[in-house]
Amino acid sequence: MEKATLLEWYRQMVLIRRFEERCDELYQLEGKIKGFLHLYIGQEAVAVGSIGARESGDHVITAYRDHGHALTVGSDPGRVLAELMGKATGVTGGRGGSMHLVDTERTFWGGYGIVGAHLSLAVGLALAEDYKGTDRVCLVYFGDGSTNIGYYHESLNLAKVWNLPVIFILENNKYGMGTSVERASAETDLLKKGMAYNMPGRRVDGMNVIEVYEATTAAIDAARKGEGPQFLEMQTYRYEGHSIGDRTRYRPQGELDQWRDEKDPIATLQAVLLNDYDVTEDELLAIQNEVMAEVDAAAKFADESPDPALDSLYDHIYPGVIGEVN
Amino acid sequence: MPRLTLREAISEALREEMQRDPNVFIMGEEVGEWGGTYAVTKGFLEEFGERRVRDTPISEMVIAGAATGAAMAGLRPVAEFMTINFAFVAFDAIVNHAAKVSHMFNGEIKAPVVFRAPGGGGKQLGATHSHTPDVIFAHFPGLKVVSPATPYDAKGLMKAAIRDDAPVMFIEPVPLYTSPRVRDDVPDGDYIVPIGVSDIKREGRDVTIVTYGEGLHTALDAANQLAKEGIEAEIIDLRSLQPLDLSKALASFKKTFKCVVVEFGHGTYGIGAEVAAQLQEKGFDYLDAPIKRVAQAQAPAPYAGALEKSALPNAEKVIAAVKEIL
Repeated sequence: MEKATLLEWYRQMVLIRRFEERCDELYQLEGKIKGFLHLYIGQEAVAVGSIGARESGDHVITAYRDHGHALTVGSDPGRVLAELMGKATGVTGGRGGSMHLVDTERTFWGGYGIVGAHLSLAVGLALAEDYKGTDRVCLVYFGDGSTNIGYYHESLNLAKVWNLPVIFILENNKYGMGTSVERASAETDLLKKGMAYNMPGRRVDGMNVIEVYEATTAAIDAARKGEGPQFLEMQTYRYEGHSIGDRTRYRPQGELDQWRDEKDPIATLQAVLLNDYDVTEDELLAIQNEVMAEVDAAAKFADESPDPALDSLYDHIYPGVIGEVN
Repeated sequence: MPRLTLREAISEALREEMQRDPNVFIMGEEVGEWGGTYAVTKGFLEEFGERRVRDTPISEMVIAGAATGAAMAGLRPVAEFMTINFAFVAFDAIVNHAAKVSHMFNGEIKAPVVFRAPGGGGKQLGATHSHTPDVIFAHFPGLKVVSPATPYDAKGLMKAAIRDDAPVMFIEPVPLYTSPRVRDDVPDGDYIVPIGVSDIKREGRDVTIVTYGEGLHTALDAANQLAKEGIEAEIIDLRSLQPLDLSKALASFKKTFKCVVVEFGHGTYGIGAEVAAQLQEKGFDYLDAPIKRVAQAQAPAPYAGALEKSALPNAEKVIAAVKEIL
C-alpha cells in the first residue's frame, strides 16, 4: 500500500471518530442534536477501507448509522453536522437528519432508517447500471439485524437472479439494537446467510482497514467483470450504544474493552504506519490536530447556520415543485 | 379512431412510451413470458426483449424497492403488482421510500417510478384478493395516485404517469378491463391527460355525483335511470386521488346544492369522507342536504357471489341516495 493512501485513511478514520465524539457532546451536553443519533465509533475501518476501494461513479448506500459513510465519500463535515442540528445549511436542509444524509454528487444515495429497505434500493441502483451497460457497481452496507428481515432475502435473491453488480457489505457488529445475533438469527454464521443466495462471500476483519480494502477491491473487480453480486461479512464492533440513551446493558462485561484494547481500527493502522512505514508520532499528531480543527470549524459553521425557513415545509414533496400542491 | 377497451388502452400507452423512451422498462410477476396476468403486457417480451420486460420472483418488497432505486438512478420503471392486494406487502417501499425520497432529501433525489396495480372486487376472489384500498395510498404526501375510468383517460394518464418525475400509483379497475360498455374512442399516437385534473363526465342541474374508476359507470347507470324521471345528475370523475382536484366538484355543488359520492372502497375514512369534508368547508352556504356516501359495506369481501355483490355499490343504491336528498 502507498504510504499516502494509508495516511489518508488514517485521517478519515480519525475524522469520523472525532466527529462522532463531538456529536455525542452536542447531543448529551449541549442539547443541540435531537432525535435519533447512531454513532459509528469502532466501525470506522469498514466505511473507510471499502469506500476507498471504489471508483468514482460507483454507488454507495447505507442504513441509519451513516455519518461515517458520508464523511468518507467526502461530504463536507460542516454541512453534515448542520444536518444533525437541523439547520438550513445541512445536506438535506434539515429535512432528513442523522439517519438520512445524502450526497448524490458523490453517488452517495443516502442513509435509510427502515432496516433492510435500502437493500432493495441498492438492487435498483445496480439494475440501472446494468441496464445502461456501464461497469459501475453498488456498495450497500447493512447490519446483522437486517439479515432477519424480508427485504434482505428478497434483495439478495433478485440481485443474484438478475446477476447485478451489488457488493453486499454486512457490518456485523454483533447486535441488532440490543439483541445479539445468537438471540435473533437461526443461522449465527452470517456469511452462510449471504452465500445461501449462491454468491461468493468472504469473512473479513472489519477492524483492519487494509484487509477491508483488499477484500472489497476483489469483490468490486468480480462484480465489475459481470460476475454478479458479492457478499462481504465485516466483523466489527460498535463501541457506543445503538443510539444515544442506550446503556448497553446487554453486552457481556469486558467485551467492549477487549475489542477496543486489542482491535481498535485506528490503533491498528497507527501501529502499521509507525512500524512499517517510518511515520513518526509527530506526523500522526499533526493529522489529529488538523482533524480537530476541521471538526471545530464544522461545529462552528453548523451552530451559526440558520434554521430552515418555515415556508419551505411543502417544497420538494413532488420533484421540482416549490410550495403546496393542493 | 379505434375503439379500445380499458386494457387495450393501457397496453397501447405502455407500448408507445417504451418505443418513445429507452429508459422505460417493465418489471413484475408474470409480465414477460406469461404476458401479464391480465394480458396487459402480452407480446411485450417478444417486442422489447428480456432487458426491458423483466419477470421477477414473487417478491413485492424488492419489486417496489428495486424499481424505486432504478428510478433514483435515472430510469423510468413501470413496476407491476399482479394485483393491488399484493402492494400491501410492499407498503414500506411505496410510502416510506418512493414517496419520501424527494422531500426527505430536499429535492436532491427523485424517484419517477410507476406502480401499476390492478384493483377492485366483485370477482369472487375472497377477502384478501378483492380490495379497493386506493384511499390508503392517497393519504401520503409524495405519492401521486391515479385511477382511470375510461380508455381515453387511461391511455393519456398512463403516459402522464410515466413522464412524471414523482412516483405514481396507477390503479386499474379490473372489472372495467375488458368491459364492452367502457369501450372508447382512443386516438392513435401521443396525447396526455394531466394528473390532478378532474373531469365532468355528464352535465346536470339537480345533483352532483362525485366518483372515479368503476364508480363512474355505476354513477352513469344511475344518472340514465334518474333522467327518465326528470332528474339530471352531474357527474364528476376525479381521475386522480392525489393530487385531489375538487374544483369542478365544488363548482357543480354550488349549482346543485346536493352531492352524492360513489366509491368502491370501504366508506369509513374513504374518498367520500374527504370530499364531504372539503365541500362543507368550502361551500357550507350552498349545503341544502347531507352529502351522501355510497361505498363498499364495512365488511371484508366474502366469496359467495350474491353476498359479495350485496356489499358493493350499484345503480340502485346511488338512485336511493340521490332521492333521499332531493
